[in-house]
Amino acid sequence: MLGEGILKGLGETARNFAGSFVSKERLTTIQYPEERAEPIEATRDFPFLVYDGNDWEAGLRCVACQICEKECPPKCIYIVKSTDKKPDALGKPQIYPTRFDIDISVCMSCQICVEVCPFEAIKMDTEFELSTTDRFGGLLYDRAQLARSNEYYHSIHPTEAAEVDARLAEEKVKADAKAKAAAAAAAAKAAAAAKPAVAAAVPASSEEPATKKPEAETQK
Amino acid sequence: MAVAEDKTERLPGWNRPRQVEPDGEGELLEVAMGPHHPSTHGVFRMDVALDGERVIRLKPVFGYLHRNHEKIAEGAGYLASMPFTDRLDYMCPLTNNWAYALAVEKLTGQEVPERAEYLRVILGELTRVVNHSSAIGFLIQEMGASGTPLMYAFKQREKILDLFEALTGARMMVNYMRFGGCRVDATPAWLAGVRKVLDGLPQFADEFENLLRGNEILMARTQGVGILRPELAVNAGVTGPMLRASGVNYDIRKVDGYGIYNRFKFRVPLGEHFDVYDRFMIRMLEMRESFGIIDQALKDIPGGPVMDPKAKIRGFRPKPGEAYGRIEAPKGELGFYLISDGSPNPYRYRIRPPSLINLTILEDMCMGVNVADVVLIFGSVDIVLGEVDR
Repeated sequence: MLGEGILKGLGETARNFAGSFVSKERLTTIQYPEERAEPIEATRDFPFLVYDGNDWEAGLRCVACQICEKECPPKCIYIVKSTDKKPDALGKPQIYPTRFDIDISVCMSCQICVEVCPFEAIKMDTEFELSTTDRFGGLLYDRAQLARSNEYYHSIHPTEAAEVDARLAEEKVKADAKAKAAAAAAAAKAAAAAKPAVAAAVPASSEEPATKKPEAETQK
Repeated sequence: MAVAEDKTERLPGWNRPRQVEPDGEGELLEVAMGPHHPSTHGVFRMDVALDGERVIRLKPVFGYLHRNHEKIAEGAGYLASMPFTDRLDYMCPLTNNWAYALAVEKLTGQEVPERAEYLRVILGELTRVVNHSSAIGFLIQEMGASGTPLMYAFKQREKILDLFEALTGARMMVNYMRFGGCRVDATPAWLAGVRKVLDGLPQFADEFENLLRGNEILMARTQGVGILRPELAVNAGVTGPMLRASGVNYDIRKVDGYGIYNRFKFRVPLGEHFDVYDRFMIRMLEMRESFGIIDQALKDIPGGPVMDPKAKIRGFRPKPGEAYGRIEAPKGELGFYLISDGSPNPYRYRIRPPSLINLTILEDMCMGVNVADVVLIFGSVDIVLGEVDR
């Protein structure tokens, strides 16, 4: 029958129209600003800088190594290295960025800066309502605007942030162990250097530090 | 429906009608369709010369979306080009990623772990479903059925894009595949989500087909329109659903068996009438084959890493040489040709875009048809301007 196909198609449309009153599955539109879609954890849009502790300026993880600046495909990151060193969150003196700007209007949210960062210092945000009337200054974010606490990072990407924290903690333990071992070795060396002057006649004493060092390592 | 006997005189070895003579009196009307015509899928212009309703000449004009991608890629490292490939064919970024990753892997000789290969197949086939359903939606939209079929396609697309977002972090600009694997691993919850969406897909395909297939208006508009003969299709280098709708059995998934495609069972649908309706049905059937491939991949996906642990993502220097990586993208053969001179940047970076090459036979298909059918034939080529102009 001519028109049968059209009627069948119309029937399909009618089924969906009627169905949208009873089935949530068929009602697909979300009335954004009033309603919002469920956030998806892996979502990313623009980068931010992570800091530890309460003071963003002191706690920034970034050490201005400039790898992200070099790897950024649209070249939207601008970093100026400091000339002096400042203690970071762990108390180790580090170079820090005196300027760290990201031009959000150029950024294409590719996440390559996050992937190449060896210090877990830059991560992706999920905030997307960033519209502004000032398209030059308003979209060029500086350090202060980019800095977010580690707690904020945990709140938006819990799984990923937990992994990062575990990795950092592991690294810290390793670094501490290394530092302690180095300190112990240095102390032993100093002792060994001091001892021969006192007891140069006793050859057995020079072997003492060598046996002590493995002990120090196993303790940690 | 049988194909009407084609009596136009043709050049030897080339299917183009020698000339379409204007039959009426008076002057030809030259119309510029585009670059902002609602049917042009973006910024594309067709300069059409009309004799009444009949098309006498058609000149495609593109380049409005040129972004210098190839030259930028030659100045940037290998990794930095990966996010730019998302923006080639923005309907299916994952297959673009895949083709580029494949080319670089060939260049450096990297191995891809099993699990990553399976993930690539799942994502690639989901992309094919997204692309084919939207392509059909757009094709029907160009026939004048504005909205409804496209929204049907987009309803399903949205569910798949949510899956992409949950895995890769972005709906469209995914930047997911890496040289030697994939960036992040899929969780069991994500795979369960794919299964859930996959279970709904056959029903969606049935509804979509119900809505459209038997429709008399659609059949009257598409059957016997825009015939592309297999000889011309092969000579012009047309690939993908376009070529298969012309009855040529050529699917790179079968021919090359790249990745792990030779492990899956699927059929390659072929057209018989070489017209717009065949191109529409081929996409429908290919979509259903994709469901089967995803199903098999979900059953067999092994555990293990998704990234070659030895792979370096940045700062590597491939040995001097060249490589061509090609895949069956939803629109046809997508290839990346790379030449390395041993530096961290490619010496030459060339893309073989299926959209552009499929578009070259547009004039041949449109010669002598009515102007309303030009839009339809153009829609059946299924192009994305991001890929045509690069």
